[in-house]
Amino acid sequence: MADPIKVYPPKPSHVYFYATCLIDMFYPDAGMAGIQLLEREGVKVIFPEDQTCCGQPAYTSGYHDEARAVAKAQLDLFPEDWPIVVPSGSCGGMMRKHYPSLFKHTDQEDKASGIAARTWELTDFLLNVCHIHLKDLGEPTTVAMHTSCSARREMGVAEVGPRLLGQLQNVNLVEQVRAEECCGFGGTFAVRHPEISGAMVSEKVDALTDTGAGAFVTTDCGCLMNISGCAEKNRKPLEGQHILSFLWDRTHSGSGRES
Amino acid sequence: MSSRDAILQRLRNRSGGELAIPDCDFSVLQRPSSSVAERVDQFQKTIESVHGEVHRCTSENWITQLADLLSSRGARNLLVPAAHQIGRTLRDADSNELPELLIYDEPIHSWQAQLFNEVDASITSTRGGIAETGSLIMWPTPDEPRLMSLVPPIHIAVLEASELYSTFHEAMQDQNWAAGMPTNALLVSGPSKTADIEQTLAYGVHGPKELIVLVIE
Amino acid sequence: MNQATQDPHHIDVKEFHPRARAAISDPKIRQNFRKAMDGLITKRKDAFEGMDLEALRELGANIRLRALANLPDLLEQLEKKLSENGIKVHWATDGDEACRIVRNICVARNAKTVIKGKSMVSEEMELNHYLEERGITALESDLGEYIVQLAGETPSHIIMPAIHKNTGEISELMHQTTGTDLSNDVEYLTASARQQLREKFMNADVGVSGVNFAVAETGTLCLVENEGNGRMTTTVPPCHIAVTGIEKVVGNLEDVAPLLALLTRSATGQHITTYFNMISGPRKLEELDGPEEVHLVLVDNGRSSIYQDDELLDTLRCIRCGACMNHCPVYTRVGGHTYGTTYPGPIGKILMPHLIGLDEGRHLPTASSLCGACGEVCPVKIPIPDLLVRLRQESVDGDKLNPAKVRGHGAKRGSVEALVWKGWSWMHARPGVYRFGTALAARLRKLQPGQLGGWTEYRTAPKLAAKTLHERMKERGQ
Repeated sequence: MADPIKVYPPKPSHVYFYATCLIDMFYPDAGMAGIQLLEREGVKVIFPEDQTCCGQPAYTSGYHDEARAVAKAQLDLFPEDWPIVVPSGSCGGMMRKHYPSLFKHTDQEDKASGIAARTWELTDFLLNVCHIHLKDLGEPTTVAMHTSCSARREMGVAEVGPRLLGQLQNVNLVEQVRAEECCGFGGTFAVRHPEISGAMVSEKVDALTDTGAGAFVTTDCGCLMNISGCAEKNRKPLEGQHILSFLWDRTHSGSGRES
Repeated sequence: MSSRDAILQRLRNRSGGELAIPDCDFSVLQRPSSSVAERVDQFQKTIESVHGEVHRCTSENWITQLADLLSSRGARNLLVPAAHQIGRTLRDADSNELPELLIYDEPIHSWQAQLFNEVDASITSTRGGIAETGSLIMWPTPDEPRLMSLVPPIHIAVLEASELYSTFHEAMQDQNWAAGMPTNALLVSGPSKTADIEQTLAYGVHGPKELIVLVIE
Repeated sequence: MNQATQDPHHIDVKEFHPRARAAISDPKIRQNFRKAMDGLITKRKDAFEGMDLEALRELGANIRLRALANLPDLLEQLEKKLSENGIKVHWATDGDEACRIVRNICVARNAKTVIKGKSMVSEEMELNHYLEERGITALESDLGEYIVQLAGETPSHIIMPAIHKNTGEISELMHQTTGTDLSNDVEYLTASARQQLREKFMNADVGVSGVNFAVAETGTLCLVENEGNGRMTTTVPPCHIAVTGIEKVVGNLEDVAPLLALLTRSATGQHITTYFNMISGPRKLEELDGPEEVHLVLVDNGRSSIYQDDELLDTLRCIRCGACMNHCPVYTRVGGHTYGTTYPGPIGKILMPHLIGLDEGRHLPTASSLCGACGEVCPVKIPIPDLLVRLRQESVDGDKLNPAKVRGHGAKRGSVEALVWKGWSWMHARPGVYRFGTALAARLRKLQPGQLGGWTEYRTAPKLAAKTLHERMKERGQ
């Protein structure tokens, strides 16, 4: 569940950028976009070199010892008291919601809780901490949005994406039917229960395609990989992009996507 | 050891130890104060939304209204309380507009088939109502037994407008139910219904097909 | 494998996957559930409109937690008050014992026919089956349960048992089993069932019902229903037996008001059900109807084990509204029978492993994308996703710091999978190895296999980027 009351910090001088392993390997553009958006807001971005994965895949699969070993290796990456921003509701949720219980009754308990308390989902941070004002430089376009379940329910940021997109004058945001329904990714769920996950993502692709937008943005690379992969496999005219890439592409003064 | 003692012992010797007892804040159930008229309006709107029928009457004209309602439905008879004022008034009215009046004055087993098959309508009193949920409060008594409001296809309930509460919580607090409950107490909010066949509403599946409330203002 | 024609008493819970595949490829099942769930989601939302839902859920959760904190005391108080009121209380360790108790009451009364109101605990006990085998007829009277019984099936939803069938299928079934005319007129079908069941009510020797809330303070059994069959069951036969789980007790009568408000709105989007039936005693001498005898059977069946653990205990808060299944994207796709358990959907996934063991129920906790919709709508705030993760951990013995407790734990731990996670963990806990490995993968991305098992049946394979973000940040000088 989302925090009942979220207390946003004042805009800091520095942030730690925790990229997540999916962005690192599959969607580095989205990571770069996030970093550049933060830098444009005047925030110095620290990218801890030793970051790997938050541990979530093992955690949600029940292998908590293995998850803890990986998570433990992340705990020393954030020595200063700066916010940790994560371009994913899912990995952000792991750190914010599950690190404290994962390290309960261990020597790392305090450190884990401290990290949890200063972990933010990046779009939320841009909107509500940086108070970003976006100036749309792109051509008129229509997009749909899929907010990940963890962004929506664990991090409580369902309103953030639409508000950021709402700042873009030339972007028409259309809503898919059953917007709140899961795309069927769920990490290892997609592999353990391929038929169910497949049925879910097929319907999600239909819902997004039926908006007529032809393109969607999302907060999480898991959903992006899932939905785009399904659209591509079924040759549906639906392009997916991480919301950070979309926001950066439309608002920076070069043209085209960063590569 | 008996199952009872074994279960209780397992619960008492809980391996996790004592559990914290949280506070329960009931203030979320409080409603702003409302007038009788507002409560009647809310009651009517809510119960009508679930297929209940409301007629606003006075203590002078309710019998006439009742007679109209029954004759429009072709009811051949009406089961009335034996002792309650409602029953007495109806019998005293000696109106030929009303159908035959029946009373429930013997144990169910002696007239079960008749009650199930031959009684067209019944009328009972209520112990008030609940505006927010459109509910009638009924405590069956020897004079108005449990099945009276359940078996006949038409149930007519008489509700004094002044006895409408805002919420269930308010009603039970105000009437101090916790001090002692009757063998059976009911909230009735509309006619019997089901949506078990493809989410399609159908009325009168086991209980009355029609619930008519005479609100005495 | 047709899930509907399986003998409901011999379902192998472990055969989840074939049933899921069958359900997903059955357009009728998919359509019936989708339509019903969409309607229920909308109705629930509308029903809470204008209310402070979060405060109400908080209160609901706290009332249930408070009752659980006092559980043994409240059960004793309940027993005492009910006995004073003339209701006889029985205790059953498991479903079999509960069935025996019910049967013994029937035998003592020379009862041959039992009419039933809806009760999930009696489904859990497989009471009908037990009684039938011993020559006592048990007939369901809730319309949905009646339909399911005519079909020889089990409920596919805890509130709407026949939700997997559409009108045409029900018409066909009733035509074949009861001789009603074929008709798509729901009014006609309902009226036929009314007629058939009225006869049964009049002739039944015993009525068996469930309980939604048992109030310790006053010794009151509360039943929530729309049809009136619950009132019939508890009023017409000379003997009423209520069966319930030991967790259903609440302290005060006052506690019932918010729980009822949450229950009906969460379940079907109703402000309240047609009937809220509060039973505090058998017929008194001067009364003209109502049962002469009332019994309550308190069933443990694994609940006291769940009670031992601080986290798992939250499972017992459940008030059986079914909102978690209505909002579950997995349940919506596969339907209730796929689970092969008494309680399907999210609540079933966290409750059933305790009742049948984690070895039997090993697939249940995995059948979730952990989307959190269930926890979000739960009226008593059960953290269902967290409990699913906990049970996944228990099923693979995955946490040395918090050893598993649930019966049958560790049954899902496979040596290959455990090794994979060990390797994964080794690599990701070593930043240098991770950077080297991921950079190497990026270099070799053209060699990436195009087929990745179940993933690529429905999607293309994910594409590794030419350079990792780590490498790009390095180039940037960071």
